Amino acid sequence: MTDDGLQVLVIDDEVQIRRFLRISLAGGGYQTHEAETGEVGLLKAAQLRPDMIILDMGLPDMDGLDVLRRLREWTKTPIIILSVRDRDQDKVTALDAGADDYLTKPFSTDELMARIRVALRHAAPSEENQIFKTEDLQVDLTRRLVTVKGEPVKLTPTEYALLRLLIQHAGKVLTHRQILREVWGREYESETHYLRVYFAQLRQKIESDPTRPSIILTESGIGYRLRLD
Amino acid sequence: MADDFRPDPDALLAAIQKVEDSKTRGRLKVFLGMAAGVGKTYAMLDAARLRKSEGIDVVVGYVESHRRAETEALLNGLEVIPRRKLEYRGTFLEEMDTDAVLARKPQLVLVDELAHTNAPGSRQAKRYLDVIELLEAGIDVWTTVNVQHFESRADTVQQITGVRVQETLPDSVLDLANEIELIDLSPDDLRKRLTEGKVYTSERIETAANNFFRVGNLTALREMALRLTAERVDHQLQDYMAIKQIAGPWKSGERLMVAVSPSPFSEKLIRWTRRMAYNLEASWLAVYVETGEVTAPPAKDQLLHNLALARSLGAEVITVTGHEVSGALLRLAYQRNVTQIVMGKPQHSPLQTLLRGGSLVDRMIRASGDIDVYVVTGDETHSTPKRQFLLPQARLHSSLRDYLLAAGIVTLVTTFDLFLVSSLPWLGYQAVGLTELLAVLLIAIYIGRGPALVAAMISAISWNFLFIEPRYTFIISQVQDVILFLLYFIIAIVAGNLTARLRIQEQLARYTAERTLALYTLAHETATAVNMDDVLRTAVDQIHRIFQVDVAVLLLSGGKLSDDAHLSSTIQLDDKERSVARWVFEHGKPAGRFTDTLPLASAQFFPLLTPNRTVGVIGIRYRRNERLSPDDAALLETFVNQIALVIERELLDEAAQQSAMMRESERLYTTLLNSISHELRTPIASIKGAASGLSTSQSDGDRTALVQDIHSAADRLNRLVENLLDMSRLESGRLQIKRDWCDIGEIIGVAVKNFDSCAADHGIDIHIQPDLPLIQVDFVLIEQVLVNLLENACRYSLPGKPIRVSAQLEAHRVSVTVEDRGPGIPSDKLDAIFDKFYRVPGTPTGGTGLGLSISRGLVEAHGGTLTAENGEQGGARFIVQLPLNGAPPPVKEAAL
Repeated sequence: MTDDGLQVLVIDDEVQIRRFLRISLAGGGYQTHEAETGEVGLLKAAQLRPDMIILDMGLPDMDGLDVLRRLREWTKTPIIILSVRDRDQDKVTALDAGADDYLTKPFSTDELMARIRVALRHAAPSEENQIFKTEDLQVDLTRRLVTVKGEPVKLTPTEYALLRLLIQHAGKVLTHRQILREVWGREYESETHYLRVYFAQLRQKIESDPTRPSIILTESGIGYRLRLD
Repeated sequence: MADDFRPDPDALLAAIQKVEDSKTRGRLKVFLGMAAGVGKTYAMLDAARLRKSEGIDVVVGYVESHRRAETEALLNGLEVIPRRKLEYRGTFLEEMDTDAVLARKPQLVLVDELAHTNAPGSRQAKRYLDVIELLEAGIDVWTTVNVQHFESRADTVQQITGVRVQETLPDSVLDLANEIELIDLSPDDLRKRLTEGKVYTSERIETAANNFFRVGNLTALREMALRLTAERVDHQLQDYMAIKQIAGPWKSGERLMVAVSPSPFSEKLIRWTRRMAYNLEASWLAVYVETGEVTAPPAKDQLLHNLALARSLGAEVITVTGHEVSGALLRLAYQRNVTQIVMGKPQHSPLQTLLRGGSLVDRMIRASGDIDVYVVTGDETHSTPKRQFLLPQARLHSSLRDYLLAAGIVTLVTTFDLFLVSSLPWLGYQAVGLTELLAVLLIAIYIGRGPALVAAMISAISWNFLFIEPRYTFIISQVQDVILFLLYFIIAIVAGNLTARLRIQEQLARYTAERTLALYTLAHETATAVNMDDVLRTAVDQIHRIFQVDVAVLLLSGGKLSDDAHLSSTIQLDDKERSVARWVFEHGKPAGRFTDTLPLASAQFFPLLTPNRTVGVIGIRYRRNERLSPDDAALLETFVNQIALVIERELLDEAAQQSAMMRESERLYTTLLNSISHELRTPIASIKGAASGLSTSQSDGDRTALVQDIHSAADRLNRLVENLLDMSRLESGRLQIKRDWCDIGEIIGVAVKNFDSCAADHGIDIHIQPDLPLIQVDFVLIEQVLVNLLENACRYSLPGKPIRVSAQLEAHRVSVTVEDRGPGIPSDKLDAIFDKFYRVPGTPTGGTGLGLSISRGLVEAHGGTLTAENGEQGGARFIVQLPLNGAPPPVKEAAL
């Protein structure tokens, strides 16, 4: 998974965080570049063209969101946001603005590495995997066939559309807004209760224990994510 | 027996107060003389030079040398503050620059001619007010004044010298003096100095010597000055005796009352009373009885002047309302324990006196009981101003229009009567007369007394001319017709008069009732108003409505007067008015229009005084630029005082709340420190210990364990910090609830996901009633609540005993229960566990004592409840109940 010399740019003003990221990333085989401020980060991103950017939302010189928006003007490089828990709205805004994923401080190395892998995988143009499998669930995207423990399950078109969207972004968090826009359309962006209703139905059909979902995970206050083993 | 010699506590307090006051206030020394030219200024400058040589910081604020060479020589070497130049109607006038003196802040300032009246446009109308300001700033003042300038002596001086003293100052100023130095010179010596040209320039010497400076005059003035000084010394002795508790002639306990009227003669009565009160050591009241027969504008000014004079002489000024003067006076006298009443000799003619049912004095003397009544002679040159009926707001002043209207009505009735008589010849002229009488009465009721009298006259004449035989002549042939005519005339006038008076009384009653109601409303509204804004709005509204004035309220904020008028104000102030308001706030005295201080301002300002401080300033702009009547002024004062008290009450309330909050936060702070310091230090100690262990340990197994320790310690620390943050968000009210339609089962699923290891140890059973409706809550916050409850359950549940989480629909709400199988909660602690930092004694460590408190706060913020109880099988059960707020809009299938 870890291509030699994959470049990661860390934009964070905290020296301890940068050090811990550098060590962890080196352990995962990545090469790290560091920027202390948003300005330097933007500059280094343009010069070095990294494969991945880890961006802290609380920067001394400018808003992390602005850095994100300026990066997204010209690059599709995966960006992972670092944020603290009490700024949920910031995370949603960042994800809607094009960030690939987010991590809440404090976080563990394992979590970080998993997120980086997911983000990189989605960025790499790979041949579309037509059969998705996790736990007891199997989805054949070409034949639109869903089975749980080998038994076919009948999904409504909307349920299927939701599942397919999550599978296409497996492991990645999708915000409520993004899902609603993709499946229902732009004018339904704020109808969060559609998701509550349909995901509950979907879980009833595909989860082995719908009270403890293990395939479709809820990201509190943000959105949904399909678990990737 | 010892009691007999006990000093009066009031007197003692007053004497001590005087000493206390003088400690912070500057000291005032008065160089008192009997007339110009005795050498007051010289003596003052001479003494000042001595002080300067002793190292005292002396400046000259204002000294008039009158171009006397010897005085000018003394001025040399003393620092003189430049005078302020004012232009007034094309001429330049020079006044003391009080602000410059205040800014210079010397130890001692010399200010000549205390009785001087300042040029228009100065801040203070009189120089002695400037001096008081200097004293209040802690600067010592030396000043000069002649005896004839004191208010209480002005009359006597006029009697002796024939000269009306224009520049006067209240006697109370002399009470402020810590020291009086009498500059005495024999009349002969003074006349000698006068002829030598040492007093006036040559051209004025002769007239002065022949008029004011006659030996007789000077001897009388000298006696007056000596007597004034002696009285002062006497008082100082008594103050001294009071402080040292020496038994002596204590205050007499007498109380005097003077009846004040709108007559210039009242001035004399007031001065007379003040002198007597002073000599008797008695307090005194000046009383004006408002009868509804208020006088015309010039007399109204005189009345206000009289009352102001009484106030400046130290009287307590009271205005009472009553139709009958003697009754009102005596009622007040008994109420206030007055022992002596001072009145003027009646000036009515004997006939008038008879008509009025005896003179006021006679009635007073008859009814006064044990109160002494003094009757003082009036000055015959002043006559009582002509009285006329006039009431504020009541339309008692009849206009020309009213007279014409009355005449018109009479003409109409007469024409109608002519028509009646011609068509119904049997109708006698007597009946005609009665219809006319009716018209007159109606005019008296609806138009006024004057028009009624005119109507009476016209109708009597026309009745005679047109109806009484022989008709169309003024001749009356029959005797009974003459009597009828005369009776008609008298009845019309008397009835008209009585009716008009009734109307006035009715209006007076309505007027009084309105005022009483206004005061009642103010008191009631201010007592029930929830906050200060409401109180002020009510008060301003009342003032605005009753007095027809514009009002601005400035409040105390952060120790100083706010620059912006309170929202309730009906006008905004400009810079100039704001500076007047600031002056009023700093000095605690009224200023502005119709006062002696800054009288050119467009509005009048009153301090909002409470016993402790000034809480603000209220500005009144009179629409018609007219003074209020004394009655109105008194009412306004009552309003202002009431407002001040309410504001003080509100400010005290706020302060009390704040201090209660401070105490509470103090307590919390201590608990927080005790609880948190332990909770914070434990994980920090593990992290530090593990980190140092890592740097030395060689064994892989140890290292793995140490790393695991760091992880869990960091998690614990993180949980604590999050709890603290949540708590502070809740407490500060910053918590924002983002309500969204949520599936409670989904929230439970997410919350339970955090407790994998707990689920492994105990097992977590989840029972969710199928088809629960969506509820409108903040997903993240409710998840937080469940996490806290689960954390609690995991901590207390016994190993192997499952935790049960369930959700069901109840009437109008969804209820979520988290039940553990631990030791349960002591039944008397079921509520205490929700208190901050409360831990049931003997429980395992690891919690912060905040989780339950935060959870309850979060649930309540959603309009729900969080309660605890003990389960039937032992163990604690926490129940979250969240209200159902309707149903979400229907969902739609995606159009794919």
